[in-house]
Amino acid sequence: MIKSIKTWILVVLASSLLVACGQGGGGSGSKKSKTLDNTKKAGFVKCGVSQGLPGFSNADASGNWTGIDVDVCRAVAAAVLGDADKVKYTPLSAKERFTALTSGEIDVLARNTTWTLSRDADIGLTFVGVNFYDGQGFMVRKNSGINSVNDFKDGISACTNTGTTTELNMRDFFNSKNIKYEPIAFEKADEVVQAYDAGRCDTYTTDKSGLAAQRTKLSAPDDHKVLPETISKEPLGPVVRQGDSVWEDIVRWSLNTMIEAEEYGVNSSNASSLKDSDNPAIKRLVGAEGELGAAFGLDNEWSLRIIEQVGNYGESYKKHIADTNILPNRGPNELWTKGGILYVPPAR
Amino acid sequence: MNFKNFKLDLSNKNKDLIPQILTVLLLVLVIIYFTINAQNNMGNRGISFGFGFLSQESSFDITFSLIDYDGSHSYAKAFLVGLLNTILVSAIGIFFATILGVTVGIGRLSQNYLIAKAAEWYVEIFRNIPLILQIFFWYFAALRALPLTVDSINFYDISFLNVKGWYVPKFVWTNFSIFFYSIIAAVISIIFVSKYAKKQRDEFGKQLPTFYISIGLLIGLPFLTFLIGGVSLSFQIPELNQLSKTVYVYRGGVSIIPELISLALALSMYTATFIAENVRAGILGVNKGQKEAAASIGLTKGQILKLVVMPQALRIIIPPTTNQYLNLTKNSSLAAAIAYPDIVLVFAGTALMQTGRAIEIISITMLTYLSLSLSISVFMNWYNKKMAIKEK
Repeated sequence: MIKSIKTWILVVLASSLLVACGQGGGGSGSKKSKTLDNTKKAGFVKCGVSQGLPGFSNADASGNWTGIDVDVCRAVAAAVLGDADKVKYTPLSAKERFTALTSGEIDVLARNTTWTLSRDADIGLTFVGVNFYDGQGFMVRKNSGINSVNDFKDGISACTNTGTTTELNMRDFFNSKNIKYEPIAFEKADEVVQAYDAGRCDTYTTDKSGLAAQRTKLSAPDDHKVLPETISKEPLGPVVRQGDSVWEDIVRWSLNTMIEAEEYGVNSSNASSLKDSDNPAIKRLVGAEGELGAAFGLDNEWSLRIIEQVGNYGESYKKHIADTNILPNRGPNELWTKGGILYVPPAR
Repeated sequence: MNFKNFKLDLSNKNKDLIPQILTVLLLVLVIIYFTINAQNNMGNRGISFGFGFLSQESSFDITFSLIDYDGSHSYAKAFLVGLLNTILVSAIGIFFATILGVTVGIGRLSQNYLIAKAAEWYVEIFRNIPLILQIFFWYFAALRALPLTVDSINFYDISFLNVKGWYVPKFVWTNFSIFFYSIIAAVISIIFVSKYAKKQRDEFGKQLPTFYISIGLLIGLPFLTFLIGGVSLSFQIPELNQLSKTVYVYRGGVSIIPELISLALALSMYTATFIAENVRAGILGVNKGQKEAAASIGLTKGQILKLVVMPQALRIIIPPTTNQYLNLTKNSSLAAAIAYPDIVLVFAGTALMQTGRAIEIISITMLTYLSLSLSISVFMNWYNKKMAIKEK
């Protein structure tokens, strides 16, 4: 009986997966990657992004996507297709993002997504790295008299997005402080902002980078402040489907290349002139030494293209996050050599 | 193959059967194909299938719940919270949509120019604007228009309305069960009384004042429990609390959240327009001669409407109105947009995200809506049959 119910239920939703068949999957063991082949055939990278988060992935009036998450997809496109602009962006809500990835609608999810054990292990996803170390915080009105999370009292109402780790951290936090709170969870970030702005809730909680970005959308951004405390670890990074290890490696090393390039001082303007550098690590980065691209079926200039067309991590951060005044201070997102925790395995 | 010897029995019965069997076979094949495909795809992507997650701890909280719930309860309980919230907003919506719809429907037929035109404008405006926009309108308009907690609109110091919700006194009962039983007893006795009254009328032509007796029973019996049953009722009035310099909150009473108010408002305003048109069609559908005949035997206008027109009009009104009730229930799933924790937001939203079990959760949600709609249909069909012409 259970089995027959199971069968019937499978039937109901099978159609969505059916549409997706023929894409992704496979490829285990051999050097062949179905996703890579399909991407080359289609001529663009299918990239899932947010519905608008300044600094991370945000579309301007003419529909051009920018942000550090967008740059991960651009890096992959530069490496695989030779042109960073060959990306098709799919804006996704928090709720849709994983289904879109597992069903093959997108091939890379670069949507400020927190890396957690259950997401990595349980639902057919693989996190390839971290492109932003974040933590959850709270925003309140400046005149509220709340200066720290210790000023929260029973009855406080908190707005947030549904379907995020934020919702769970919020509960853990208030429970540990033994505070009764009213959670109000919206599907879209824009509605959270509007509701908070109208006074429906006393505090708005999400990742601190998100708070900084969303604050710019409030009617009077200067009347609000982010509390100093960080209540959780939120390592945000790109995600791919499980089961295509070659594609997984391409995305991972596209991101790593950007970070490694910053570490060695290689940037978009000096990259090609460094081909005859004395440092073998730099020569490998710009494709003048070694055969690193062959490991995942790419030519040897894949990393050079990333650096030239997208830039290194520092350039990307400066352009999208620092210069836009979202988080001018890099904090933990500084290189390990400069006191941050950005540290990637060597490309050799 | 010799087709001449191949005898196909094309009697009428088989003629009907063959296409049907073929259709069913085709359907089964398609279903099998989809199932196998889905299983393969899920297997390839390392996605497991199962309902075990329902008993796991949900670890998220919900703003508004009719039952005791917090994040330490299971996903199954979170599902139940969402389901009850969906039923609540649908029931409120259906109730007000019906009242408003009938009023406006009759209003459109009014002799009074102003009433008729107002009703017409109402219908034309509200049925032609997409529901989701109306929901956003009521929600954000309400949020913008309502005062902050500290300057709440005060209703005689017992009820307060502000941007965080409508706070009403909480009923604190002692011996509630006795009171509850007294209401059941009252309802049962009313059924007996009306049966007895009908018998009296049919056999002896005696008219009993059933209506007043019923009202008396319904008020009198529960009232008695206060006097002799030890039932008492007190009110807990919401009180203003200061949390910090400018943050205030009401505690103690019952809070009706603005999400529920605006969703119920939008759903009933929207659906009422369609019900109004059904009502108008129903009344217009009753033969004019019926009204004239009723008038000629001396019935008053009110009596004509109640005894002659409405019973016949209802037969026309009920079936399309059933559709509107179903639509309203399904439309309540738009709640997710304004954070009303209905089944779509709580279960097909948050729970889906936290567990990643898309196929399981979406199918449970679809089955739930299916059962909800079918239950409404069954009830309305029963009511329709009851109202249908009984051949004597």
